Amino acid sequence: MASTPLTYLNHQHSVASWLLTKDHKRIGLMYLAVVTLAFFLGGLFATVIRLELATPAGDLLSNDDYNKMFTMHGVAMVFFVLIPAVPAILGNFVLPLMLGAKDVAFPKLNLLSWYIFVIGFLFTVYAMVTGGVDTGWTFYTPYSSRASNSNVMMTGLGVFITGFSSILTGLNFMVTIHRMRAPGLTWFRLPLFVWAVYATSLVQILGTPVIAITVLALAIERFFRFGIFDAALGGDPVLFQHMFWFYSHPAVYIMILPPMGAISEVIACFSRKTIFGYSFVAFSSLAIAIFGFLVWAHHMFVSGISVYSALVFSFLTYAVAIPSAVKTFNWTATMYKGAIWLKAPMIWAIAFLALFLIGGLTGLITAALGVDVHIHDTYFVVAHFHFIMVGGAVMGFFAGLHFWWPKITGRMYSEIWAKVAAIIVLAGFNLTFGPQFILGYLGMPRRYHVYPDEFQVLNVLSSAGASILAVGYLLVGIYLTVSLFKGERAGANPWHATGLEWTTQSPPLPHNFEVQPIVTHDAYEYASREITVD
Amino acid sequence: MTDATATHAGAHGAHAAHHPDLQHHFDTLDQQHEAATLGMWLFLITEVLFFGGLFLAYMLYRVWYPQAWAEASRELDIVLGAFNTAVLIGSSLTMALAVRAAQTGSQRAIVVWLLMTMALGLTFLVVKYFEYAEKFEHHHVPGPDFMFPGPNAGPAQIYFSLYFLMTGLHATHMVIGFGIMAVICWMAYKRRFSPEWYTPVEITGLYWHFVDIVWIFLFPLLYLVDRAHHFA
Repeated sequence: MASTPLTYLNHQHSVASWLLTKDHKRIGLMYLAVVTLAFFLGGLFATVIRLELATPAGDLLSNDDYNKMFTMHGVAMVFFVLIPAVPAILGNFVLPLMLGAKDVAFPKLNLLSWYIFVIGFLFTVYAMVTGGVDTGWTFYTPYSSRASNSNVMMTGLGVFITGFSSILTGLNFMVTIHRMRAPGLTWFRLPLFVWAVYATSLVQILGTPVIAITVLALAIERFFRFGIFDAALGGDPVLFQHMFWFYSHPAVYIMILPPMGAISEVIACFSRKTIFGYSFVAFSSLAIAIFGFLVWAHHMFVSGISVYSALVFSFLTYAVAIPSAVKTFNWTATMYKGAIWLKAPMIWAIAFLALFLIGGLTGLITAALGVDVHIHDTYFVVAHFHFIMVGGAVMGFFAGLHFWWPKITGRMYSEIWAKVAAIIVLAGFNLTFGPQFILGYLGMPRRYHVYPDEFQVLNVLSSAGASILAVGYLLVGIYLTVSLFKGERAGANPWHATGLEWTTQSPPLPHNFEVQPIVTHDAYEYASREITVD
Repeated sequence: MTDATATHAGAHGAHAAHHPDLQHHFDTLDQQHEAATLGMWLFLITEVLFFGGLFLAYMLYRVWYPQAWAEASRELDIVLGAFNTAVLIGSSLTMALAVRAAQTGSQRAIVVWLLMTMALGLTFLVVKYFEYAEKFEHHHVPGPDFMFPGPNAGPAQIYFSLYFLMTGLHATHMVIGFGIMAVICWMAYKRRFSPEWYTPVEITGLYWHFVDIVWIFLFPLLYLVDRAHHFA
């Protein structure tokens, strides 16, 4: 059609125009493709796990194969789905738009980050198809350094390489936020998503190098028979755990902070209200990022660390709940007396709130020293972190994806199917992981594929929930894909939202804005300001 | 970083009046320069934490095994280490002079100072090669062939594991630095810089100074453990 406007999607068509693009919007979509693949892969491993656990006997897999399944599920989901999902996909797409910038500060570096990510992913996939890895996604020594004969090296390299993609993305975003804001866009006019991405970048910059050096040291120990963590030489395997969790606990905040940012956008928009306590929500992101670095040893209460340090870490873990609670209360207060508009993104956001609440509160239970001794390494912990990572991070990702999908593609998805899918996912999720709290409290340890008969009912419920969850996710994939071809045209601002990303056309121009935007308002003036729709 | 070394940018249409090295997504050269230097500083912070993991391990084991640390450290050649320290500090000086040359617009001088920096860096690596070779000879390389007399063989092997990891990682950073400097040299030779735009030279300088500073910490930590009484 001659009337089709120029967009970032149609101004160039060749494969090379994608693979060599420096456009943050296209790079965001390229992350979406790889992450979707990794999500499918991780989901496949989860399916095998839940199938195996449907019966008490170990009748589907050997012990070793089961170890590989949960390891590869964790590696795929943590490093290749949860960590890149919101920052690298949604962050890449909307951050420069929100700032009124033409691109991120370092567009070539952004493309390089994607390639590093893909190379790391390929290493890991190669490790998986040539025998897999069985150490658990945590790679604890000495098992990973001496005992395991699976593909630890290759997987470790994959994680090491991918880490640099995360570091460079965080660096890029942080510089972008500092140096690329539109005229008038002061720090306290920034959308809260930007604050969340900023806090995330801080964690990526400060945390990821530590896991990189840890995994490198492990790889060298394994390959050259060096001894950094080798107890036979007087080394300390627990040092590995400290270094691993120094990153891997803050990594949880890499996963959850950006979805929290997306939730702030969605809740303000669909409550048609200014966010309650803007600066508290903004600073709670930074507080989570900073406190998040001081709690890592709560993963190690039964690793033989000193009681006194355990006490301190337990206390600090409680402290990190405060900024998270501040956010939750502020979102609720934003909804209070708002004109709630129950569109699909809002349904996903409310589901996020409910699940994050359960995940967060059970986190406090696991943070209590004495209780943790009882529930450590049981399904209680598995349920807790899935409520945060899937119930929180993935639901928040979907809330953001549904919110910005019209901007990204220029099309509306089926509203009714999106709501149905949200409810199916919510129900399936609760059925999958709810019973695991009980299983864990009753004493079922994680990472075993054989269990006593009395646990079967709860495990069958969990497996049934997992199949419902899978249907929900597939549904999302289907109606979003259909919307690309059949969806209604979205227009520039289908949600009547504030924010610079909604002032340009959907899909946006190759260089985002026709004229340099100038900001004269706070971020969420839903009540007092006329919002231009087209 | 990579962007700052871009060879050309969108000097087209209405933007034709812009500086040729101003990339399309920046408004001014100042903004572009500040983004690049901030990016490099952030990158150096990640580097501090990257090396930081090894410094943590070093600290833990040195507190646990002071005797083994002292014995193993005495196996290192303090003269070569001190010589290399001087060489690297010298290379920081030549690098600073290269940046100074860029600021004053003397492209020929950039090339000269960078080549000198590379020559000093190479000197360092050659000395390091001889030090490593000596470790192989004396079976001080961790692994199945490791040998160390006395009861502290285990922790001494940890010491040498950290020695090779830390100095090896440091040397890797130097080699990467050579690659970057070679590109910058070529750009200066092609007269690509001016007092208005010399960002790549400056951030290369930042990187190289960081690599030097790492060594300033490595030298005393690895070479100077418990040496004091030898001089008393």
